[in-house]
Amino acid sequence: MAKKKKWDYSPAPESKQPAAISRRYELFINGKWQQPTSGSYFSSINPATEEKLSEIAAANEADVNKAVQSARLAYEKYWKKITPAERGKYIFRIARIMQERARELAVTETMDGGKPIRESRDFDIPTAANHFFYYAGWADKLDFAFPNKKASALGVAGQITPWNFPLLMAAWKIAPALATGNTVVLKPAETTSLTTLKLAEIIQEADLPPGVVNIITGAGQTGALLTKHMDINKIAFTGSTEVGKIIQRTLAGSQKKLTLELGGKGANIIFEDAPIDQAVEGVINGIFFNQGHVCCAGSRLYVQESIAKIFIKKLKDRIGTLLVGDPLDKNTDIGAINSAQQLKTIQSYIKIGKAEGASFYESDCALPKKGYFCRPSLFTNVAQSNRIAQEEIFGPVLCILTFRTDDEVIEKANNSPYGLSAGVWTDKGSRIFNISKRIRAGVIWANSYNLFDPTSPFGGYKESGFGREGGLQGLQPYVQLS
Amino acid sequence: MSEQSRLEIWKTYKIYIGGQFPRTESGRSYAVKNAAGKTIANVCQSSRKDVRDAVSAARAAWGGWSNRSGFNRGQILYRIAEMLEGRKKQIKDELIAQGYTSAVATREINLSIDRLIYYAGWCDKYQSLFSSVNPVASAHYNFSVPEPMGVVGLLAPQKAPLLGVISLMAPCIAGGNTCLILANQEQPLAAVSFAEVLNSSDVPGGVVNILTGYQEELTDWICAHLDVNAVVCYEQGELDWQKMQEKGASHVKRMFRWPATQLYAQGGQSPYLIMDLQEIKTTWHPVQTIAGSGGAY
Amino acid sequence: MAGKKPAFNIQILNHSTVEQTGVEERAIRFTKRSIKGASKMQGLHMVLSMIDLTTLEGKDTPGKVNQLCIKARHLHDHIPGLPSVAAICVYPSMVSVAKKALQGSTIKVASVATAFPSGQSSLRIKLADTRFAVEEGADEVDMVISRGKFHAGEYAYVFDEIAAVKEACGKARLKVILETGELGTLDQVKKASTIAIAAGADFIKTSTGKIQPAATMPVTLVMLETIRDHFYKTGKKVGMKPAGGISKSKLALHYLVMVKETLGDAWLDKQLFRFGASSLANDVLMQVAKETLGHYQSPNYFSID
Repeated sequence: MAKKKKWDYSPAPESKQPAAISRRYELFINGKWQQPTSGSYFSSINPATEEKLSEIAAANEADVNKAVQSARLAYEKYWKKITPAERGKYIFRIARIMQERARELAVTETMDGGKPIRESRDFDIPTAANHFFYYAGWADKLDFAFPNKKASALGVAGQITPWNFPLLMAAWKIAPALATGNTVVLKPAETTSLTTLKLAEIIQEADLPPGVVNIITGAGQTGALLTKHMDINKIAFTGSTEVGKIIQRTLAGSQKKLTLELGGKGANIIFEDAPIDQAVEGVINGIFFNQGHVCCAGSRLYVQESIAKIFIKKLKDRIGTLLVGDPLDKNTDIGAINSAQQLKTIQSYIKIGKAEGASFYESDCALPKKGYFCRPSLFTNVAQSNRIAQEEIFGPVLCILTFRTDDEVIEKANNSPYGLSAGVWTDKGSRIFNISKRIRAGVIWANSYNLFDPTSPFGGYKESGFGREGGLQGLQPYVQLS
Repeated sequence: MSEQSRLEIWKTYKIYIGGQFPRTESGRSYAVKNAAGKTIANVCQSSRKDVRDAVSAARAAWGGWSNRSGFNRGQILYRIAEMLEGRKKQIKDELIAQGYTSAVATREINLSIDRLIYYAGWCDKYQSLFSSVNPVASAHYNFSVPEPMGVVGLLAPQKAPLLGVISLMAPCIAGGNTCLILANQEQPLAAVSFAEVLNSSDVPGGVVNILTGYQEELTDWICAHLDVNAVVCYEQGELDWQKMQEKGASHVKRMFRWPATQLYAQGGQSPYLIMDLQEIKTTWHPVQTIAGSGGAY
Repeated sequence: MAGKKPAFNIQILNHSTVEQTGVEERAIRFTKRSIKGASKMQGLHMVLSMIDLTTLEGKDTPGKVNQLCIKARHLHDHIPGLPSVAAICVYPSMVSVAKKALQGSTIKVASVATAFPSGQSSLRIKLADTRFAVEEGADEVDMVISRGKFHAGEYAYVFDEIAAVKEACGKARLKVILETGELGTLDQVKKASTIAIAAGADFIKTSTGKIQPAATMPVTLVMLETIRDHFYKTGKKVGMKPAGGISKSKLALHYLVMVKETLGDAWLDKQLFRFGASSLANDVLMQVAKETLGHYQSPNYFSID
């Protein structure tokens, strides 16, 4: 688009002060902050500045045992015995305190994970609090959720969360587990533990009985110990398909119930009669939300050939308006990539895409000197046979493919081991119902993309995992029915 | 010629794939014996390639079957029950030949027919019960519905040669899935005869595929098959459940083990078993909100 | 314009689907931009320079219009370096008064015309109305489209009428008011925008100010996107004027954000973007004063004309 005179937005940084990050965090076991048995700590880095934010206790086997034991004890001693209504009131309390401490949580989330403050402030934190609020209300209504059955708690739930939506995923895990009467041992991803640890503070502040929620920090090894623990009744994992498969294998033959929220390669399908400008926005939101670190990201774009040219032009212009940089700046659209390692993964996929012969386009924006940043980009001239169209990149990289007919695009969209999400953009209602039925994915966004709500079940088909989180259906993974 | 002196025509028990009755591609068979140890039939000892063919047939049939209306699936399940009612005597004789008393055999068949009727009735009802409209806090209409998982591997228990097959199959296909069933290894005759019932009951070819053979040989192939979305078995000692799950984990297969104690009980039939083999799909769509519907634009 | 009127082609209305919820979500995103410091000051100055200071009342008199013109020339002389507004917008009968009062300034005179605000008259009268305004000295003409004909599906009529008025304008620039508050849906807004642009509008404008709702961000966004589509297709830049309901500087800045991120910086110019407003100017002036002097302001210190 023609340029005349520039009107650039001055920096509008959010203050770091509300984050109030402690120099060191211990393990939260049995309602108390406990030093790790090993005495060792690991650093948490701000990916936008590469500065150390805090050091965090590394839990070993003894700590995992202690946490599970305290969860078991809390289950038998307190949680099983209090009335469901009282249980619900504790969860309501957590929701309220999260709302009260929203700004602190938002700033912390952004500093720890690199996501834009606009997203942590307007999406992650409120949605997380709302999730607790939603499930709190279920605690004393479970008899209505499962017709003709009696639902009872499983016992101790071991939960492992990813680094892309740290607090929100903790809420997705903890809220339904508590509402159904289970106690919890949760391990956050090691690069983004801080808001989960602040959630532990909130749980403490809410006066939950000790041991009902335990937070243990550490790397993948800590999570593996948790999944192997004999006294756990339920494992809930959100993360990569690769690790999900390992966990499923680990649990083979055991009595543990399992839910997996794994990877995806979401197809976002644009028909020629779509509301084009809103579809462009949906595609942008679908792939660049949270730097593309979204398991349900619309990373495979299918555009009907008749409108491909104009659509891609509009996309490129829109990418040019995305502001990349300091995540704490209120105007930033794309923040920092979560870790050096993830940045390397993304860059290697860009290299692969180029080598495969796809055409690469990226924004010409400047990137900050320090920190892990990546320009929003897209590949055109992509085929199903390209690796970039098959594998999850988990970054701000869009692959664009074209199609001609409804049947063709359904077949192509389903031509993937994943099945988490898809988008369909068309003005024709009957087509929406057909396409959304025939696409094998757990969430379909019609004329929209990347929307989430506590009342709306989320989860995958095929290798994207099983079980649902959110909504009525999100209760089922945490109960046994008799 | 008197009935006494007439030479009886023996039945060839074949497997059932894609609506056809082929012999196993392997050409192998094994002998099924009666209580006295006398061979009463030679049945196919299916191979992994038969598993492969059955899965292909089930996959090919899935699109059409899952797209049928619940009402139509209910009609067809009811039709299966009707046809089974008419074949009662034959299957009863086969059960008796394999060591069942007349009373037990009759009960087995009656329960099987009633179970089919039970699930026939569910075909167009479980969706209402397990669907939801979710009150999201944005201008979107959001609903969740169950959808069939796809192709399901069903491992029949080593008891209840007919009821075991039907208790697995009925909730599976009532929900729009297609399946392959590995019949009771020692007592497969009722399962094969049941395939003949299916073949004359308006069930499209490939929706149900029934193999006979060695459980130990074929279980792993079924569990590891990438195009099998789910596997269901009953709790039973002969199966290495851990190994099965490990095989399934290679591609996040849904693995279910239903309590064997419930087979004959009321709990052996439930819409929750249909739901085990359903995925939940959630769909969002924007809702226009303009002046006149309460807001301004 | 070689004097040849464009002809209506129904195909321009293909592909005009708009998803309202998506438009609203996008519009909200613009309001999340935080405009601080130097960019705020620059923005406020831009807003002032883009205002069409408006009085469109039955009780308008030469006295009132004169006072408004003085306001236009002397927005707030306590603060040096302020731009003047873009134009004064009045009824045709007041054009000569405004023209005289603004002599020697760069401020344009815009006149509404074509049986404003309802547009319920004959083409003959509308053209006469337009010629009268232009003869009186109007630099710009703000016409209304025939919404009745539009709703009746007579798109060719609406198109031809705009083309005829455009011709009658001569050198005056034509702003076409869609009166979006009467169009019903965003799809209709897009359709009307497309017709107006194809018929030769120099600007498209949301509202007369006489109907609620008047300008909203979603409506304006759809119009901006239609302008963008025309630019993609022809390389020609059509202007945009939201009018009515924009009285706060913060909202005005969000409109500028929307223009910038939809059409680019090229449109951040009074040649291509205007605010139709009467009370916006003083709110902007109060903000400018606050930024300059460092404390909050009272309306009593800002002249009302």
